[in-house]
Formats: sequence, structure tokens, C-alpha cells
Amino acid sequence: MRIDKRGVLTGTWNLSGNQACAEGALAAGCRFLSAYPIPPSIEVVERFTQRAKEVGAVFVQMEDEISVLAAVLGASWTGKKSMTVTSGPGFSNMMEHLGLGVMLETPCVIVDIQRAGPAIGIPTRVGQGDMMQARWGSHGDYEIIALSPSSPQEMFDFTIKAFNLSERYRVPVAVMSDAYVAHLKEKVVIPPAGKIKIKPRRYYKGRKDKYLPFKRDKDFVPRMVDIGAGYRFHVTGLTHDERGYPIMFEECQEHNVHPLVKKIRHYVDKIVEFQEVETDDAEVVIISYGATSRFALKAMEQARKSGMKVGSLKLITVWPFPDKRVAELAKKAKAFVVLEINYGQIVFEVERCSYGNANVAFVSHGEKGIDNIEDLLSTIEQVMKEKKVRKGIIEYRT
Amino acid sequence: MKANPKDVNTGVYYIDGDVSSGYGALAAGCKFVGGYPITPSTEAFEAVCRRGPLVGAMFIQMEDELGSIASVVGASWAGVKSMTITSGPGFSLMMETIGFGAMLETPFVLLNIQRGGPSTGVPTKTGQADMMQSRWGSHGDYELIAISPDSPQEMFDYTIKAFNLAERYRCPVMIMSDECVGHMTEKVVIPPADEIEVEPRRFYDGPINEYLPFKPDEDLVPPMVKAGDGYKLYITGLIHDERGYSIKNEEYKFIYTKRLVDKIRLNKDKIIELKEEETDDAEVVVVSYGISSRVAVRGIEKAREKGIKVGSLRLVTVWPFPDEKIAELAKTIKAFVVPEINYGQIAFEVERCSHGEANVILVPHGGAGVHNPDDICDAIEYAAKEKKRIEGVIEYKTKLEKLVFEEGYKLHE
Amino acid sequence: MSPLKTIDSKIVHPMDNLLRMERIPHIWCPSCGIGLAVTAFTAALEKAKIDLNKVAIVSGIGCTGRVAGYTKLDSFHTTHGRPIAFGTGIKIGNPEIKVVVFSGDGDLIAIGGNHFIHAARRNIDMLVVCVNNFIYAMTGGQVAPTTPLAAYATTSPYGCVEPPFNIPYLADSSGAVYVARWTTLHIRRLTNSITEALNKRGFSVVEVISPCGMYYSRINKLGDGLDMMKFYHDNAEIRHGEDTKNLGIGFQTKIIVGKFVDRERPTYMDSYNKWLSEIKTEEKLRK
Repeated sequence: MRIDKRGVLTGTWNLSGNQACAEGALAAGCRFLSAYPIPPSIEVVERFTQRAKEVGAVFVQMEDEISVLAAVLGASWTGKKSMTVTSGPGFSNMMEHLGLGVMLETPCVIVDIQRAGPAIGIPTRVGQGDMMQARWGSHGDYEIIALSPSSPQEMFDFTIKAFNLSERYRVPVAVMSDAYVAHLKEKVVIPPAGKIKIKPRRYYKGRKDKYLPFKRDKDFVPRMVDIGAGYRFHVTGLTHDERGYPIMFEECQEHNVHPLVKKIRHYVDKIVEFQEVETDDAEVVIISYGATSRFALKAMEQARKSGMKVGSLKLITVWPFPDKRVAELAKKAKAFVVLEINYGQIVFEVERCSYGNANVAFVSHGEKGIDNIEDLLSTIEQVMKEKKVRKGIIEYRT
Repeated sequence: MKANPKDVNTGVYYIDGDVSSGYGALAAGCKFVGGYPITPSTEAFEAVCRRGPLVGAMFIQMEDELGSIASVVGASWAGVKSMTITSGPGFSLMMETIGFGAMLETPFVLLNIQRGGPSTGVPTKTGQADMMQSRWGSHGDYELIAISPDSPQEMFDYTIKAFNLAERYRCPVMIMSDECVGHMTEKVVIPPADEIEVEPRRFYDGPINEYLPFKPDEDLVPPMVKAGDGYKLYITGLIHDERGYSIKNEEYKFIYTKRLVDKIRLNKDKIIELKEEETDDAEVVVVSYGISSRVAVRGIEKAREKGIKVGSLRLVTVWPFPDEKIAELAKTIKAFVVPEINYGQIAFEVERCSHGEANVILVPHGGAGVHNPDDICDAIEYAAKEKKRIEGVIEYKTKLEKLVFEEGYKLHE
Repeated sequence: MSPLKTIDSKIVHPMDNLLRMERIPHIWCPSCGIGLAVTAFTAALEKAKIDLNKVAIVSGIGCTGRVAGYTKLDSFHTTHGRPIAFGTGIKIGNPEIKVVVFSGDGDLIAIGGNHFIHAARRNIDMLVVCVNNFIYAMTGGQVAPTTPLAAYATTSPYGCVEPPFNIPYLADSSGAVYVARWTTLHIRRLTNSITEALNKRGFSVVEVISPCGMYYSRINKLGDGLDMMKFYHDNAEIRHGEDTKNLGIGFQTKIIVGKFVDRERPTYMDSYNKWLSEIKTEEKLRK
């Protein structure tokens, strides 16, 4: 697809994660941003609005996060790639419309710069407490894609990836970043426009009167048209048939909702991405994502130096979860150590996928400050000593 | 403490689950209900509106669900037992304030009559797809309690239990019912007041100037006071210390909110209620909750007729999840069969807790109806026959799925 | 009275090309006024002479929320209370589209109240048709923010104690550029008003007072749809340009109808584009 060069600020920059995210969005062709001010996500909006005119993009600040996501969905149907950015409480407010986005199969990107929660929590401090919410936060059944960047460079790359995945699968994609990565300034390399891969929208190209908004291709994904192109289509958040008209039978519910789940579950292998470091001979594998993966690698190096066979699995897509890979690793390694800035979320998924083949130890990272890796190292040491597989999640005293 | 006889309309009734739950709330001493009309939960709200004023309970219909839950949290801090009533979309809107309630350790009850989702879905028909949302729907880390009744009688009984748990652990308690139970009309026996056990609020009784709103007792639950008693309360949704004051940025440590999860996780054994049947020598155990457990009864009967040893584990409290019980059963049986009206939620929890020692077969249903008992019976049969240990949740292909996707069912002309 | 004749399928109703005929019959009860509002709206669409491919209709949840499903335009049935926010996204995403929000009083004024006042304040270029039947009808007759004092509803079983919103006053004071109110009896005037509003740039509100024979009238013992129409006939008074302050509606009191506000204000997109042309992006860049 031809890329709109205006959005791509090719070069090497020193950018914060938030700024890189805005640049990523513009490079991916995002031309509509709606947001409500909430720390620690504000710099994304600032960067985006500074560049808006030059790029031909629009920003609208709505009256609350509920309307923000509604506006994003509306804008997406006009053919514009659309995005919103928020943090914990705003993300909670968006939950109803996340469901509408899923039901209308509207491509859009939601960037959640996580902070310490629950409730107002601490607005400026890091947290990773919204990971399960991204998957389960809206009512009803659906599947979603969530990515977790760990550096400003990844904020740039993954925001583009998020747009591509959302256009490909017609599903809202969440970029689950955190305050640490968002405020971190690092070198960000923005490649020339020609080197950036952009997935175009899957448009319907047939006859106007034959258009069915929810007639699915073989991969369960229906094709879209823009508002105002003369198709006069109807979509609804009610359970609908392929014409987009509501029908309230269980047959229609099955026909409508099951593919919403299948279109992701059947393509898990294509969507899932992760980074492995030295897992081949590892006895203990550290599983981490986002900010924590930076410290996981640091701890891994230290442990390796002292002769412990430690590897690292960094999740890039957190949802869908890499069930298969974790299950395979569980058979090879003795134990997993899961590192998160919360009191246990993804660790339950690791427990689920290890099928009793490996111990699962949990480190609630950040109790002694985010850059402290002592807890992690001591947990690795202790889990190494375990002779057999224990049931449930182990939390060591550190 | 026993219930106040004024609040209890003792007698035998023929009412639906929604109304029954409304009566249960009033019997438990609920004195404030904030709601917003949403199908299929309106009957519960209407019941409170009719009967509430007669027993001195206030109700208000707010402008939206954001407002109704916020009013409930406020009323609870004013010292009255409070409840809100909603369904899927309203539940999603409440997510922010549910986390706020958990953070302030506010006792209240939320009745969610689940319907088919996502989004507007099927407003008038059933679903069970908000189960994971009730545990994970708000941002940040917290734990709460969720109960899943399966009959109008239980709607009455467990609404009272929900209030008791909320007051006991100072946390939001969800009643995760569904449209089928909510609209099912059955005999409901409301006992005399002296047979209803009601947990009073844990009020602080020490000296005023020594009160710390978030200083926990030994069981990790702090006693409460109410607004207007001269304590000069300061309550915030920011992360706070024992005094309730927000933490200065530089003093912030991650551990401040840990007690919110620990007070439930460490008291788990006291909270969890299960109904177990014939699991001792079972090959297959059906794990179910809410309306699915009633449909499962027929499926289990059919499987037993075929000579399969089937047990049943009904989750009355869904959250906290009975990890240990499932792990224990997994050692002795071949497989779990999990029928639920969604495409896999609690099945993943069962998978997690079975630690690879038993197969997990999900019998899904998209909603807008209940399972065909034959599907459950067939899944049990398959589970009993399967010799291999299969990793992952096995999604059983239901008759409905075959009909819609393979047999060319026509949705419209 | 002669028996009903079967309609010759060759005869095309003038509104057919604007309705999704495959969806008819609609879900509205006998004596409901929403159908009349839709008739007026479709007639206005024809009269307004605008490109119908460039009109998007957005509805929320409720009886009136179903209107989007019956009109043959790009039509969106969204979540409860949020059609204005959704429409804002459409308008800003593609300013060529004429956005019409067609929804009920509960949807727009209660749960969507915040979006209503903010869209008016911003002056988003959209037409809001608010069908006001004084009650939540889809869910079975609960009290609404428009229910008159002392009227009964299932959640005000002892009479409504909350004063209702005066929708034209709310719209006017929030900054709407066009405000009118008609009942479903004033079908011709309503059509003219909607036509006018469709060609108006800015946030326009047309309130349509509509009978709900199934819930509001029944609970309050006001008779059937015809009785309500008679009531409108006897009690509606046309007063163009009336101060919106005086437009409150009590229980079975006089209903003042007419066009109350028609003024010019720069729309959101006007102001946005003006701002864009003024800023010097070069300076702001690469800071």
C-alpha cells in the first residue's frame, strides 16, 4: 500500500515513549485522534496535535473517555485510521465501547499508558494492573489483541503494528504500555516511509446493492466500506445477521458472536509474537512484558554470570496469549518466574499453560522500586532449589 | 444479628428471580438502591421501588449507570447498606467506580442480570459472558466476591448472603445472575425475620481521635465509620495510607494496595461455597454455575443412564475461585466438563487449576438461550472415553454450531 | 368501513426509497408517535434536497433508537446515550457527512446528557431529533428525566418527585443554533422544521413530543393514542421565538411549540480549520 509520507518523520531522534507512540501513529496513517487528558498519557496528545496540521490529521478532545472511544469508532467508519490514548480510569470508562468496537468489528487502536491502580491510584507512577482488563473488561464474549512495548523504539514500532493488526482482523487493538516506558527517553530510529509496512483497510469492492456489512471472508473477517460512499448500510450493537440487521435468536447469536472469537483464536499462531533469549538450555525462564522485561534481561545476565541457567521470554503480544510456546517451554524448563507490576495477572495465564510441568513463581515487581532486581534474583535462586513441581503459584519471601 | 422483622415480607411467593432478589436486599437491611433501567434487570429495581418506601428504603433512578454506582458508593459511606442493579452494558459503564469502591473498601452489592453480549447484544435473552469481567473489569489490582445463584429462591437467599459478605469483608460483592434466573418464576419461601442471619456493619468503637480509616484488624479488614459522626473522614481513590491520606509521590511504595487482594485471598476458605454431588468416585466432573447448572442436571442424568460416573461441582461463589478444590478433583478424575453460556471463561480457570492432570472440555453457548442437555451429555461421554491427556481447553462442537455453520441454517429470507 | 385491501406490490410508496422495506413491519406499538416522526423526517430528507449518500443517521438505545435501523441511509445503532459522541467522530472524521442523531429523551438527555450539552457547546454540525415521550418505554415504563412532576412510572410508583428537563432551554443555553419543538400532531410543521434544520450549519435540536400509548398513557390513565392526539390538538400552542425559559412541560399542561432559536455561530470544524490555518507548525515542530 502506498504510504502517506507526510506522517513519517524519518531520522534518528531522542524521543520519549509517548512521543514515539504519536509518531508511530502518524507513520501508520492515523489521521484521527480523540482523547481526554489523563496522566501519564498526555504527551502523546501533545505531540500529535503539534504535528497535526502538517500531516493533515485531526484531534478532538471530548468531554469524557466514554465519548472519546465512541468518536473514534465513528471516525473509523469514515475511513480514517483512528486512535485514542488513555490510562487506567479512562480505560475503565471505555469498556462499554470496547465491546461496541468488537461487535461492529471496527478497526481502531487504544493506547493504555498504565499507572498504579486501582481507582485513581497514583497518576504518575507505573503499574501493569490493566492487563487482564484489556482481555476481559467489557461484557459479553470477544477476543482482542494487545501488545506490550518495552522501549520508546517499540512504542513506535508496535503502534504501527497495532494499526496493521486492527485493519487485518477488524478488531480494536490495545497497546498496553506503562508510565515507565511512556516517560523514558531513548533513541528512536524512524525508517524511511518506503521501509514501513502498512496494512490497508479491507474494503469491499463489489456491487453497491450486493454489499452485506457482515458477510465474512473465509478467515471470518468481513469487509468494510466508508460512510458516505453511497452504500447506505446499517450496523448495530445488537446481535445481527450478515446484513447488519438485529435478529434475537440463539442461532443468530451463534452466527454473530462465535466468529468474533474464532477470527482471533484460529489465527493465534499468526498474531502471537514474543522474544526469547537463551531459553534453549534454561532451567528457569523469566516471563515478562513491557517495562518489566527491561529488568528481566538485566537479572538474566546477572544470573548467568553466577552460573545459573536462566532464559527470558518477553511477550510482545500479550493477547492472544502464547499458550503453545509457554506449554512447550514448561516441558523443557524447571520453572517460570513471572515478573509483573501488579499482584498477579498474567502469572495466572502462565500457570494455566504450564499444565503442571513447571513451577510458576511470581514476583510482584516494584515493591522495592522498579529498578530493583534483588527480589527477582532471590526468587530465581529459590525456585532453582525446588525438587518437584508444586501446585499453584509460588510467592517466595524475598 | 437477626434481620429486622419490618424489612422481611415473610411468606410463600410465586415470583421471579429479579423480584426475589429485590425482596432479599430489603430483608438484608438494604436501605438504598441506585439504579438505571436496563433489560432484563428492571423488575428487580421496580420491586424495590414499590416495596422500598414501605420499609424505609430509599431509591433513586440516576441519569446513567456511572451515576447509579457512584451514588451507591456514597450511600454506603453514609452508613446504609446499598445496592445497584444492572446488566451487561451498564456493568461495563460501572467499571471505573467498581474499582473505586474496591479501593475505598466500600461494602455494596451489585446485582448483574447477565444478557447476551457483547455490546447491546440480545437484551431480552440470557448470557453468562460477564464472569471474567466481574473479576478483571476495572483497572488496577483488586479482588472481590462474586456469587452465582440458580433459582429465584437462591436469588433471595444469596442476595442476603451477598450483603453479609460485603459487610464482613468490606468489598463490593457481585451477584452474577442471568436473564433466565432473573425472569424465571418459581416458589420462593421467605422465612421469618428471626431465621435470617444478617451481618451488621463493622463500626469502629474506639476513641474518635485514634480512628484510622484504613487500619485493618487481624483479618485484614478495617472497621468503618460513617460520614456525619464527627470523625472528619478523608477518603480518596488515590493510593492512601492508614489515615486515608494520599501518599506523596516520593514516598510511594507498591505495597500499599496489597491488602486489597490479600484480604480476600487469605480469607478464601471462609468465603467459598460449593455444591458437590457424587464426586467421590466420578470419572468426569461437570463444573457449572448459574442457569447452566440447572441445565447440566439433565445432561448428567442422561450420562448416568449410560453408565458413566459423573459428578457435579456447582460454583455458588465463582470469585474467589476454588483453586484447591479443582486441583484436588483433577488428581482423581479423567476430565472436567464445563458448560457455560459463553465461548470459554471459567473453563480457562478450570484448566489453570487442573495443572494438566485432567482434560477440560468446554461446552460453549453464545447466549440468547441455554444449552441443549444432549450436548452436555455427549461431552461427558466424550470426556469419559478420551484416554489421552490433551493440553488446552477442548471446545466441544455443539449441535447449535453445527446447525448454523454446517447445515446451512438460514437466518433470514 | 371498507375492509383493508391487499396492497399491489407494484405500487411504490414515496418513502420506500428512504426506508429499509425489508425491515418493515417495525417494532413500535400501535398509537406510538415515533413512526410519525420518522415520516416527517423522511419527507424532510426529500424536501431538503441534500445528497442522501452523504447523510449518516446515528441512534442510541430505546424505542426511538431503532429509527436508524429502518432508514435507508448509512445508519448506526450505537450504545445507550452515546449517539452524539459517535456522530461527533463521524463529523470530524469526514466533515462532508451530514450527521443526524435520532434518539429518545432518556438516551439523549439522561445517560447522554453530558454529550448533548458538550456537542451544543462545541457547535458540532449535526441535527439532533429528540423524540420525547416522557418515559423509558423500551424497558417498560421507568421514570425519565422528562417525566413531568407527579406523573406515574414504574420506578416512581407513588408519583414522580423530580422536576423534568426543559429540552429547548437546555439546548439553547448550551449553545445550539437551531431549536424547535413540535408534537406528532404538527406533522407538516415538524417536516418543515426538520427540513430547515437539515440545511442549517451547526448543532440543531428538534424536539418531537410523542405519545406513548403503551406505558406513559396507560400508567397515567390518559387514554390511547387518539386521546393523546386530541390532547395535543387542544393544548398545544404555537409561539415562535418564545423565550426557551418558558417552555417547561408539566403533567397534562399546555405544550408550547414552535421555532425558538435560529442563530449563527461558527461550527466546530470552522473554528478548527481557522485555528489550523493560523498556527505556525514549523515553529512548533522539532522542539
